[in-house]
Amino acid sequence: MAISPSTPADVAHALSLHGYIPDEGLATSIFLAMTLRRPLLLEGEAGVGKTEVAKVLSRWTGGELIRLQCYEGIDVSQAVYDWDYSRQLLHLRAAEATGESQGLRTDDLEAQLYQEKFLLKRALLQAISHTGDVPPVLLIDEVDRADDEFEAYLLEVLSEFQITVPELGRFSATHPPLVVLTSNRTRDVHDALKRRCLYHWVEHPDFEREVAIVQLRVPQALDSLARQVAGAVETLRTLNLYKPPGVAETIDWAQALAALGRQHLDEAVVAATLGTVLKYREDQDRTRQHGLAALVKQALERSLATS
Amino acid sequence: MAVAFARILRGAGLKAPLGSVIAFVDALGQVGIQERSSVYWAGRATLVRNPEDIALYDHAFAAFWTDLWQLLPTVTTEELQITLAIDDDDGDDDGNDDDSDSDSGDEPMITLRFSATEVLRHKDFATYSPDELRSAQELMTQLRFIGPPRRSFRQRPDRHGRRPDLRATMRASLRTGGEPITRCWREPGNRLRRLVLLLDISGSMEPYARAMLRFVHAAVSGRQRVEAFAIGTRLTRMTKELHSRDPDLALTRASDRVHDWSGGTRIGECLRTFNDQWGVRGMARGAIVVVLSDGWDRGDPAVLAEQMQRLHRVSYQTVWVNPLKVTPGYAPLARGMAAALPYVDSFVEGHSIAAMQQLAQVIAGAGVSR
Repeated sequence: MAISPSTPADVAHALSLHGYIPDEGLATSIFLAMTLRRPLLLEGEAGVGKTEVAKVLSRWTGGELIRLQCYEGIDVSQAVYDWDYSRQLLHLRAAEATGESQGLRTDDLEAQLYQEKFLLKRALLQAISHTGDVPPVLLIDEVDRADDEFEAYLLEVLSEFQITVPELGRFSATHPPLVVLTSNRTRDVHDALKRRCLYHWVEHPDFEREVAIVQLRVPQALDSLARQVAGAVETLRTLNLYKPPGVAETIDWAQALAALGRQHLDEAVVAATLGTVLKYREDQDRTRQHGLAALVKQALERSLATS
Repeated sequence: MAVAFARILRGAGLKAPLGSVIAFVDALGQVGIQERSSVYWAGRATLVRNPEDIALYDHAFAAFWTDLWQLLPTVTTEELQITLAIDDDDGDDDGNDDDSDSDSGDEPMITLRFSATEVLRHKDFATYSPDELRSAQELMTQLRFIGPPRRSFRQRPDRHGRRPDLRATMRASLRTGGEPITRCWREPGNRLRRLVLLLDISGSMEPYARAMLRFVHAAVSGRQRVEAFAIGTRLTRMTKELHSRDPDLALTRASDRVHDWSGGTRIGECLRTFNDQWGVRGMARGAIVVVLSDGWDRGDPAVLAEQMQRLHRVSYQTVWVNPLKVTPGYAPLARGMAAALPYVDSFVEGHSIAAMQQLAQVIAGAGVSR
C-alpha cells in the first residue's frame, strides 16, 4: 500500500533508515509533495544529492523508480511512447502470408496495427499507466536540458496525470506517481511549470549532517576519518573553487580513503586522492597553494572541535 | 493569514501568484502552524521558486510571522483585523510579464531612408542629445539577431534525409496494403545557438550603457534563447525584466532591478560569478557570448584573464564590444581589456548604430571560431 507519513519528521526518519539524511526543509518539501500530491522540483549545485532523493523515495515507498533523463531534443517518442514498427511490419507480413489481410479494409488493418501490444511505453506513459497498488516514483532528471516545447508538454502531463495516445485513447493514472524533477539551472525552468511544483533549493549539508551522511554511506570508514573528511571538505568549500565538492564527492573521497585502509588524513594521502574530490586542475592548484598541510590541520581541528 | 503573508511577499518584490498561495494554505493545513520552522519550510516549498528569492522570503517571513506569533496566543481579534484589511483590495495580480513569444518576422537588416538617420548611424552615442537617443533606440529595436544555427537532436521529416523514419513509413505502408513502398526519411533539424549578452554598466561606460541597454533589449525581445546580464560591482541577471516587448517598460524594470548603475567595475569578479552560477553549468556552453564593455576594470586583471579563458573554453564564440575602440589611435591599454583580449574571437567597436549593426552581422555570421 501507499505510505502516507503524518509529519515531516516521519519522512526524515524513514529516509535516514534508507540511506539518506535530509535536512528539515527537504523533509518538509517531500512530506508536502506526498500529502498534497504535487511534483517536487529540486534545484541545487551538482552533487548535493538531488537525484538521490528520488532513489531513496523509491526504496522507502517500494514504488518502482521510473527515470526520465532529459536532454536537448527529447521528444514524445523518447519520453512518452513509440510504436514498435518492426513488430508492426512483421504483423502485416504475417497477415499477408496467411491470407488474412485479403478480406480486410485499410481501416481494419490499421486498427490491428495500433493496439496496445505494439505500443512501446516510455517513462512518462509507464508512470501514468502503472497499475500496481504502490504509486511509482517518477524521476524527471535535469529538466532544464530539455526544450521549452517539451516542458509545455510536461506541464500538461503533470497537472492532469493523463496522456492521450491518438490511436488508442486516454491513459490516466489510478495512483498518481510521486514526481521528482531536478534541474541544474542551466536555464530557467518556465514559471508555469514551477508553479505546478513544490520547490526546494538543495544546499550543501552542514558539518554534522555531512558526518552523518558519510557514516551512513561509508560504514567501513572510521568515525574519526568521517569527521576529518567532512572537515576537510568544509574547508575546501571556502576556497573559492570552480566546483566546490558536493556530498557525492565527499562520499567518494571517504570511500577512496577507506579503500586505502586509512584511518586519518595526512598530507601524503590527501595529495594522492585529491582527484576524487576536485575535478578541475585549477581547483587542485588552488588547493595546493592554500597548502595541503594547512588543509589537513584545519580538518583535524574541525573534527575535534565539536566532538 | 496566509493571504496577508502573500501580500507582504509581493510587497517585498517576490511574485506570489494565487495558485501558490492556495498551495501554501494547503501545506499549512498539513504541517500545522504551531511550529515556526514548519510554517517557514511550508512557505519555502510553495511560495519561493528561485534561490535568489530566498533572502527576500526570509526577510518577509521574519517581519510578518514573528510579530504574528506574539499576537496569536493572546488576542484573536487582532488576527481578524488583519484578514479584513486584506480582503478589500485583493486581485491585483501583477504576474503578467512573461510573454516571451518571439518575433518570427525574419526581416533582414533594416534599410535606412532618411538622411537624418544616416547621420545618426555614425554618430557616437556619447554625443547624442536625448532626442537623438530616442530615435536611435527606434532604429535599434529593428535590429535582428540570427546567428549560426547548430544541429539539434530533434529530427524533422526530410525527403532527402539519411535516417529512416519508421513511423511515417509505417503509416504510408497502410495505403499500399502493408507493403512499405514509400520510404520516409528524417534529418536532424537546426536550432539557434543561445546568445548571452553581458553589459558593463559601470561609471566609465555611462555615455554608452543606456543606448546599449536598448540594444540588449532589442536582442532579448526579438529572438529566442537570449540571456542578458548586467556587470558592475556585481552580476545582475536581467533577462526576465527585458522580456517585455514594450521597450520603456522593459528598460524601467531592468533599471529597477540593477542597483549598481554607474558604479565601479569588477568585470573579473562578475565574470567569475557568471561562470560559476550560470555559464559553465550550461548557459554559455555552445553559446555566443557578447561582452559589452570598455574594459576598464578595477579588479585584478589576472582574475579577468582567467575567467575569460574559462568562458572561452565553453562558449562557441566570444565577442567583445568596446565603444572606445573607434577612438583614433586606440590601443587596448586598459589592463582589463589587454588581459581579456587573447580570449576574444571578435573584437568590435560599439559606439554607434552602424557599429551595432556591424555587431549584429558579426553575431549572424559567427563561425570564424571552432
